[in-house]
Amino acid sequence: MHASINTLTSHTPAPSTSRKPRVLKWRVVDIVVASVIGVASGVIFWAWGLAWSPLSALLAFTPGLEGLLAGGWLFAGVLGGLIIRKPGAAVYTEVVAAVVSMLIGTQWGFSTLIWGVVEGLGAEIVLALFFYANWRLGVALLAGAGAGVAVGLLDTTFTSYAALDIGYKAVYFVSAVVSGTVLAGLLSWLAVRGLARTGALSRFAAGRESGPTDRALSQPAQ
Amino acid sequence: MSLMTPEIRPSAIARVNPVAKLAVALLISCALMLSIDWVSAAVALALEAVLLAWCGLSARQFWLRTAPVWIAAPFAVLTTVLYGQDSGAVLLSAGFVSVTEGSVALALAIGLRILAIGIPGIVLLATTDPTDLGDGLAQVLRLPARFVLGALAGLRLVGMFIDDWHSLALARRARGVGDGGGLRGRGRRFGGLAFALLVLSVRRGSKLATAMEARGFGSDIPRTWARESVFGLRDSLVVVIGAVIAATAITAAVLAGTWHFVLA
Amino acid sequence: MTGARVTASGWGWRHAGRARAAVSGLDLDIRPGERVLVLGPSGAGKSTLMHALAGVLGDDEDGDETGELLVDGRRPSASRGRVGLVLQDPDSQVVLARVGDDVAFGCENLAVPRAEIWPRVGQALADVGLDLPLRHPTSALSGGQKQRLALAGVLAMRPGLVLLDEPTANLDPEGVVEVRDAVLRSVEASGATLIVIEHRVAVWQQVVDRIIVLDPAGGILADGPTDRVLSAEGERLAAAGVWIPRFPPAPPERRNRSEASEAEVLLHAEGLCVGRVPFARKRAVVVAGELNLTLESGTATAVTGPNGTGKSTLALTLAGLLAPAGGHLTAADALAAGLGPAPHRWRSRDLLERIGTVFQDPEHQFLAGTVRGELAIGPRALGLGGAAQTERVDALLHRLRLDHLADANPFTLSGGEKRRLSVATVLATRPRLLVLDEPTFGQDSRTWAELVRLLAELLDEGTAVLAVTHDEQFVSALADARLTLVPGAGPAGSPGGATGRLSSGLRRRIGTEPL
Repeated sequence: MHASINTLTSHTPAPSTSRKPRVLKWRVVDIVVASVIGVASGVIFWAWGLAWSPLSALLAFTPGLEGLLAGGWLFAGVLGGLIIRKPGAAVYTEVVAAVVSMLIGTQWGFSTLIWGVVEGLGAEIVLALFFYANWRLGVALLAGAGAGVAVGLLDTTFTSYAALDIGYKAVYFVSAVVSGTVLAGLLSWLAVRGLARTGALSRFAAGRESGPTDRALSQPAQ
Repeated sequence: MSLMTPEIRPSAIARVNPVAKLAVALLISCALMLSIDWVSAAVALALEAVLLAWCGLSARQFWLRTAPVWIAAPFAVLTTVLYGQDSGAVLLSAGFVSVTEGSVALALAIGLRILAIGIPGIVLLATTDPTDLGDGLAQVLRLPARFVLGALAGLRLVGMFIDDWHSLALARRARGVGDGGGLRGRGRRFGGLAFALLVLSVRRGSKLATAMEARGFGSDIPRTWARESVFGLRDSLVVVIGAVIAATAITAAVLAGTWHFVLA
Repeated sequence: MTGARVTASGWGWRHAGRARAAVSGLDLDIRPGERVLVLGPSGAGKSTLMHALAGVLGDDEDGDETGELLVDGRRPSASRGRVGLVLQDPDSQVVLARVGDDVAFGCENLAVPRAEIWPRVGQALADVGLDLPLRHPTSALSGGQKQRLALAGVLAMRPGLVLLDEPTANLDPEGVVEVRDAVLRSVEASGATLIVIEHRVAVWQQVVDRIIVLDPAGGILADGPTDRVLSAEGERLAAAGVWIPRFPPAPPERRNRSEASEAEVLLHAEGLCVGRVPFARKRAVVVAGELNLTLESGTATAVTGPNGTGKSTLALTLAGLLAPAGGHLTAADALAAGLGPAPHRWRSRDLLERIGTVFQDPEHQFLAGTVRGELAIGPRALGLGGAAQTERVDALLHRLRLDHLADANPFTLSGGEKRRLSVATVLATRPRLLVLDEPTFGQDSRTWAELVRLLAELLDEGTAVLAVTHDEQFVSALADARLTLVPGAGPAGSPGGATGRLSSGLRRRIGTEPL
């Protein structure tokens, strides 16, 4: 892909984007877009919290499968991390989302904030392990799973699920990880890919990977 | 949307620095989360109920705001009754499900604990203006101003997202794909709406970032604050009250012999 | 406070990830206190230049710079606060929740001492004529007020250069005048240099003393005193889509109504009240009431009136998207074609061939990943076969000059292309009634002329059109009848064209209280 950009721009002295040094400092647009994603996710968290009550009531008759619903609160961190690509993006986005849902009003009150921090860290650690340099599907899935591990540990230790039998706790933990991998990892990755195609990410590296973003050149007659 | 500029009635608690309220709620939440027992939860709940008199919320507002907790608690109780760690006499047993004296007692503790953790957080937040919270976080706690203000600016877009969501849903109806398809169709529509909202919000965010930068935001000079966030004697006192509630709850549970540390 | 000087020599910018430079080879010298209007066809890099002058283009991560662009001899990014920028979209530049805080935001960032901030805030609000309490919520402001707030935020920074990037494109006529006058008052008082981008020249013509026309191929096409540039370049600019008062777009030809086939009644409203159900509430709040209206085939009806009178809500109700809040809305048999008389009870799919709606923001109605896919959604929902789908889509692509964009993502189109596509998606299912909300808002004169011509053709073919609009040119080019909504009680509505009967008995009462 990048080779074709270079041939197109060979007459200009401008360097290709692929050779740009990676900047890890947050720009204003990074902060604001991460915040906006966090806020939008927070509203979805809140709505998910409302839907969660009846859904978990259904699952309340199953041994620990309520963990499958946990992923609905994990996607913000992975999404923010994948779009912003800066250290701390996953934690920041997840925390903003948690605080927003808390401000609107959830049944978990201030503990929502603590959960947000830990879930964000779960995803953040995975992204950091890849030195904030790999943004492929596999890493996204792992980041989702990381958030799932975090919430699984928290829920089975500090919430009402701590009162469950150890076997049910294990079921809960595994279903939380599965939920994180799919709902937070896979869906976020798909969302970022879709966003990049709409041109909305033109100011982010995540939106430029597939080639030049000007329309005239993004669809050559090949 | 009233989230950003909520109508907060002047009350003793509304005047407290939001950072102090944050500290109180965190203290009580953390203390109660360390144990699952009915004494600590019940004591904390009782003390909180006394303080509610000063919160300035009308009865209607109070029930409306705390409704999620009242709905969530019974379900958590149910799960625990059915699947909680069993002990004591077996009351009922069928397949996975087993109800024992132990799991019923645990369920009672869980129900009280959810109320005791949930209610103060919600009530304190309902009396807090996000702008004041931002001021406090940046000036009192010295969190990075760029991030606090970025989040605050993003928060302002919530009302707009709700309008967007409404328009997006109407537009789908106009395009012939607004209904039908059963549960799967509903799921797909929700996914499509959420994605469209994400696209709109990222675009809004990019534009907002430009507007903020154009007003000097994000430079390296330390900024000034038009309004000072003061953390005074009254605010310290509020934190102390929170600490006392947390300590009393723990002490009562230990003395009563019901304290059950979650990591033990 | 003196105005800033702007100089450019061989300046250019290429956005990261783009193959083509947005601006190149630009040489410029703007003297302190000058008032300049920057024109150019879309894609000439006007906004890029404004962003660069404001120092918000970003750094190496965002793109590559060539040449030199200086404000008072310094790089713009090093002279923050010396330059203030107001952008086009009123909703995307309000930063904080309270009016006072929002104006103070820039001062805080520039580290102005607290004691000095509030007097500056008061002064700036007075300069732009916003007489509101400091704690007033910014979400309650109108578009024009939001733009004046943004201007106040900029003025409080005491800039030497004020940049306006299409500040009035998204405003109603009242808002346009509000903002223009506020700008004038304030630059007169401060002596700041002013640079404006706006494709409606008439708004700023009397205010600026120099016009610069950017060349999409790079550099400058024309530069000089307002009148000279307009007389030399006016025709060429008008052809490129700039609104030049002397070269208005040609009105469309309508077939003589007597030749047209007999008009059929499609939709009839009697004592109709419209309103929306607010978030987390059960009952609708009525915004407009007691409306009487008849929509007939081959007839265009314009709905006009100031902001906040419920025009859009009325359009959405007539389109069968919102339930009426009171009164009667009846679809005649000609429109209902076998369904019940209440459009809002029809299934989503049943609306397609009956009522088509074009939303104010085209992005709200995009669903697919490509332009072709977008056009196929309606026909597919109707259950048309593959061949019939392709035929309709191809015909529309051609008719609306979107052929070359068939595989592009709808969100990546330009403003005019998005508008054309949003109209095309609706036409794909051939509805008998077309409802449009501000179809010409923010459009350049070329898109405007195309749109009006297309609607005239549809009208001649027998489609009924209802358009909510602030655009008087649009009304006089197309409307057969006009419904004017006015705040408060009293008769309104004036004869527009052939069907004068709308003029009588049109009443509107405003009721802000819940039913």
